[in-house]
Amino acid sequence: MVNQEEVRHIAKLARLGLTEEEVRKFQKDLAAILDMIEKLKEINVANVEPTTQVTGLENKMRPDESEKKGAEIRKNILANAPETKDGYIKVKAILE
Amino acid sequence: MDMDLTKLTIKEAHEGLKTKQFSAADLSQAFLSQIEKKDKNIHAYLSVMSESAKKRAREIDVKITSGEEIGLLEGLPCAIKDNILIEGEKCTAGSKILANYVAPYDAAVIKKLKMAGTIFLGKTNLDEFAMGSSTENSGFGLTRNPHDPERVPGGSSGGSAAAVAANECLYALGSDTGGSIRQPASFCGVVGLKPTYGAVSRYGVMAMASSLDQIGPLAKNVADCRFIFEAIKGKDKMDSTSANFPVAPVFNKKIENLKIGLPKEYFAEGIDPAVEKLVRAAIIKMQQSGVKIEEISLPHSEYALACYYIIMASEVSANLARFDGVKYGFSAGGDANLETEDLLSVYLKSRQHGFGDEVRRRIMLGTYSLSSGYYDAYYLQAQKIRTKILEDFKNAFSKVDLIMAPVAPTVAFKIGEKTSDPVQMYLSDIYTVPVNMAGVPSMSLPCGKAGNLPVGLQIIGPHFSEELIFAAGQTCENLLK
Repeated sequence: MVNQEEVRHIAKLARLGLTEEEVRKFQKDLAAILDMIEKLKEINVANVEPTTQVTGLENKMRPDESEKKGAEIRKNILANAPETKDGYIKVKAILE
Repeated sequence: MDMDLTKLTIKEAHEGLKTKQFSAADLSQAFLSQIEKKDKNIHAYLSVMSESAKKRAREIDVKITSGEEIGLLEGLPCAIKDNILIEGEKCTAGSKILANYVAPYDAAVIKKLKMAGTIFLGKTNLDEFAMGSSTENSGFGLTRNPHDPERVPGGSSGGSAAAVAANECLYALGSDTGGSIRQPASFCGVVGLKPTYGAVSRYGVMAMASSLDQIGPLAKNVADCRFIFEAIKGKDKMDSTSANFPVAPVFNKKIENLKIGLPKEYFAEGIDPAVEKLVRAAIIKMQQSGVKIEEISLPHSEYALACYYIIMASEVSANLARFDGVKYGFSAGGDANLETEDLLSVYLKSRQHGFGDEVRRRIMLGTYSLSSGYYDAYYLQAQKIRTKILEDFKNAFSKVDLIMAPVAPTVAFKIGEKTSDPVQMYLSDIYTVPVNMAGVPSMSLPCGKAGNLPVGLQIIGPHFSEELIFAAGQTCENLLK
């Protein structure tokens, strides 16, 4: 059972701001979903290998080389950024 | 013109263009007029690309007039789910966080359709980031079911399914992570295919759960669905999980020699009797035409939904970390009503105000499942159960060629009926999520109506057995005519 303190902790890990009202709402929602998920614990899979890939692909490697893209795509990508400066994406300072 | 061009199939439209019964401009205009007339009430589209559609149509008409050969899809107008990128067009994923995002490149499937000469009519509505089963979670308003405006079209590809059903496009693309093509296809009475995992490149579709997502077609009939699949499938160097489709998939069995399995877990309690009746009636018709039917078991079905919610949500929490208010999309930093004193507050507030409730629920569920102390009990446990679900399908396909089942336990439900209870909403995907967990292909085929509401039959096959599914689907479609 997830409590409000845990909801605040998860939200912080996920970088999601929540109001106090939202904390209460999501606590209720997550508790109901986790309740459904409890079912997974019924089954003993101690010796089963986990599956991450279903069609049998092995690791795919490619040469470690960067691909040069043109000025056009650079412009289009930067056009979507909230704030830019001199062709770079601007971020708030993280060091004093 | 006395012919209603919006009702044509791919083959009919292609023949009409080739024999100059109508022009590509006529064809596109017919759909644009239909959108104009109907979409105010249905709201299948988030954006309509009338100008570029008309321009492309004129180019193709020049080609036809000059006597050049045209390809099967050339000049045929389609709709694209708004989580698939078309260069230079807005792509919102149904999320306020991407309200003004303009795609800087084409998705692999869009590149392929452009090469095939198809015309894009616009982008269709979806649950935010494809998270939902009703299209009610869209940040830009809900879509209505063309068969009953008080009901949902299903989701998350609800806009694409509704657009096909309302003849607002010839065909559409959707994406399916846990049923998002098949369930809306079922609710709207159209054909939808979730291809084998890796059969279609995911490059340029906004990632939701990368080990489950697939792009696929929604169309008016099985033949159309197959043509579109043929056009979009194949390995792509930009998606390392895409697979080379086995060359010339051999389908050497007569349809009468097919063995079809009915999983008893899919006909258990919880299914609407009207849905069960129509699905069973379609299966009996197949049986009468000589197909062998036997009951099978997929014993881990009851764990699939819980397992799916852990794996999907975990992948969602990782994939959606990229929406940080810095690189693209809505930023609290630039919003006059929000105070942001440091970078952390930009993250917190951009995501708080940019994402809707369902997206935040799933991000939190995923973060919880992956967090220290819970990883083994949730994420690892779910991955192990995924192995058992995959084995269930492998065992089944050692006995039968295909599986038939309902797509969803009910017909389209009423708008607002399930929005306050997330778990009830999740249950509408109970017959579709195991398919994504196993990565096998599956088609939703209309098999009749309960009252005025369509019901879908699900045809599931082993990995890369799309040809067999199409063949069986075609037989079934003919029998149900």
